[in-house]
Amino acid sequence: MTRRLPPLVLALLAAVPAISLVPGVNANYWLHNFILVVMWSVIGMSWNLLSGYCGQVSFGHAAFFGIGAYTAGLLYAKLGLSAWWGLAAAVPVVGLAALVIGFVCLRLRGPFFALATIAVGVILRVVAENLTGFTGGDLGIMIRERTWVEKTWYYYIILALAAGTFWFVERVVASRLGYYFVAIREDQDAAESLGIDTTRYKTIALVLSAVLAGFAGAFYMNYMGYIDPKVVFALHDISVMAIMVVMVGGVATRWGPVVGAVIMILLAELIRTIPKIGVAHHTLFGVLLIVVIIFLPNGIVGDAPKLRRLLRPGRPS
Amino acid sequence: MTAAKIEVLLQTLISGLLLGGLYSLIGLGMTIIMGVMKIINLAHGELMMVGMYVAYVLFSWAHVDPYLSILVAAPLLFVLGVALQKYLINPVLKVDAILPENQVILTVGIGMVLANLATIVFKSDYRTTPVEYATKAWYLSDYWRTSPIELSLSFPWTVSFLFAVAITAGLWFFLARTDTGKSIRATAQDKDAALLMGVNVERMRVVTFGLGSALVGAAGCLFLPIYYLYPDVGGQFTLTGFVITILGGLGSTFGAIIGGLILGVFESLTATYIGMGWAPVGRFVIFVAVLIFVPGGVASLLRRRRLGK
Repeated sequence: MTRRLPPLVLALLAAVPAISLVPGVNANYWLHNFILVVMWSVIGMSWNLLSGYCGQVSFGHAAFFGIGAYTAGLLYAKLGLSAWWGLAAAVPVVGLAALVIGFVCLRLRGPFFALATIAVGVILRVVAENLTGFTGGDLGIMIRERTWVEKTWYYYIILALAAGTFWFVERVVASRLGYYFVAIREDQDAAESLGIDTTRYKTIALVLSAVLAGFAGAFYMNYMGYIDPKVVFALHDISVMAIMVVMVGGVATRWGPVVGAVIMILLAELIRTIPKIGVAHHTLFGVLLIVVIIFLPNGIVGDAPKLRRLLRPGRPS
Repeated sequence: MTAAKIEVLLQTLISGLLLGGLYSLIGLGMTIIMGVMKIINLAHGELMMVGMYVAYVLFSWAHVDPYLSILVAAPLLFVLGVALQKYLINPVLKVDAILPENQVILTVGIGMVLANLATIVFKSDYRTTPVEYATKAWYLSDYWRTSPIELSLSFPWTVSFLFAVAITAGLWFFLARTDTGKSIRATAQDKDAALLMGVNVERMRVVTFGLGSALVGAAGCLFLPIYYLYPDVGGQFTLTGFVITILGGLGSTFGAIIGGLILGVFESLTATYIGMGWAPVGRFVIFVAVLIFVPGGVASLLRRRRLGK
């Protein structure tokens, strides 16, 4: 079952664009939502690798997302290349940025690392806002000619990216590297005493995670066609959202980010469509986060046995 | 340096110190919570925002002076802080989870809810409090006719600064002289030992969170006459408080005061000599520099000096 599940889910997701055949359904709207779901599961998997498996809770994934987006955008705006090159360029650019950020932030442990990463996100936003000559400042970057009007191709591209990310994270977690990560999460001093170079492996986790988030950012630039510092370096809408996706889905579980992305994006969309309540969506998200942390600290996937027991009262399991 | 340049520099330093005094108050609230709870309260700025709105509402409805509304805002924030600690954070401390940072993420959730509720109630408009003394200032030339340079001291900034100093002194007295204050410090030093000595650690946590919230609520009232107000104003002050906490040395109250002053001066210098928009970057440059060169913050420097003697 567990081995057949990923291809099965992939096949199901690959069939999603067929909803355009169903009469009476706004296919574009649903495809847009699915693209967001898949994109967020990439960001979630990226966060999960660093924070879930390696235990370095990042509050600044917007930094990597934003650098990826700006890499793609600047390639288009400054060099006249297709923004799709951003997907390739994101690897060295975001990787290098993550090395520098890691050099500073990984000196800190636990909550202090978390806070330093918030600072990184904010610094990058302010820099992008102020370097008007280079980034266009608050005006942002706009891609005038869209590659496709149809959303189907965008969907398949992000789906391929997500499948690749899933496979990659799976491989990393099952490898020696993955065991080092978990060892560092469980007890950094113990890991160090066993001869694991914790700084090195934490840096590796950060760089891998950053590059994955950078991919999502570069895709976002191509798909949305417009970015500005407030959108891509957003604290609540990107960094905290990445945390929520994984917290709700399940920290350090393979399906957690995917489940979390489905729930969070569809929920966000649902809340937005209800008039009056739409403005309160941060409140509802915040309350959801609080409830999940108190009652399901390991997320829906991580606490699935607990949930099952709750739903079937009386029957011992 | 010409007289004009000296004038700009001195003026920058003065406004930096005044700002720094207020920053210290924000940092103090965060640092005592940090010391006792060992967690960072990421809803700190949002609690300050609540304090600001309390003062704003009192001002616009009943024309209560923002400085006077400290008497309302601080107790109100104390109660809010106590409730948050008792009903949300304490239960999470007992929950077993993979990530120990759950409590920090929880405070983010609390901050989101507070900021969003403020947006719903007050709309996201920028608001100012038109106190009549907002533009009042003292000028050096009024007192010293032949002064070669002209310096000014803004009235609301100075009053806010003096209030911050008074509150800080009061806090010092509370922590150093009263039984509750001593119990709080004991809990911060070693919670197990404090427990053995008969300190009600759980209660001290609740009181500390309330106290930290009350301090930052008071800081909100002090900021109101000199700053504008909008629902998302809290985020930047959370970060400021955090930078001060790192700068001063974790959990060190004295360090937080010095850290606040340093940060205020530094930000003021960045704003004058590099550009207004870069001031937040200056804040984080100093933060990164401290992490690399003085990881223990100001407190560790002081300690080293003392041991060296």
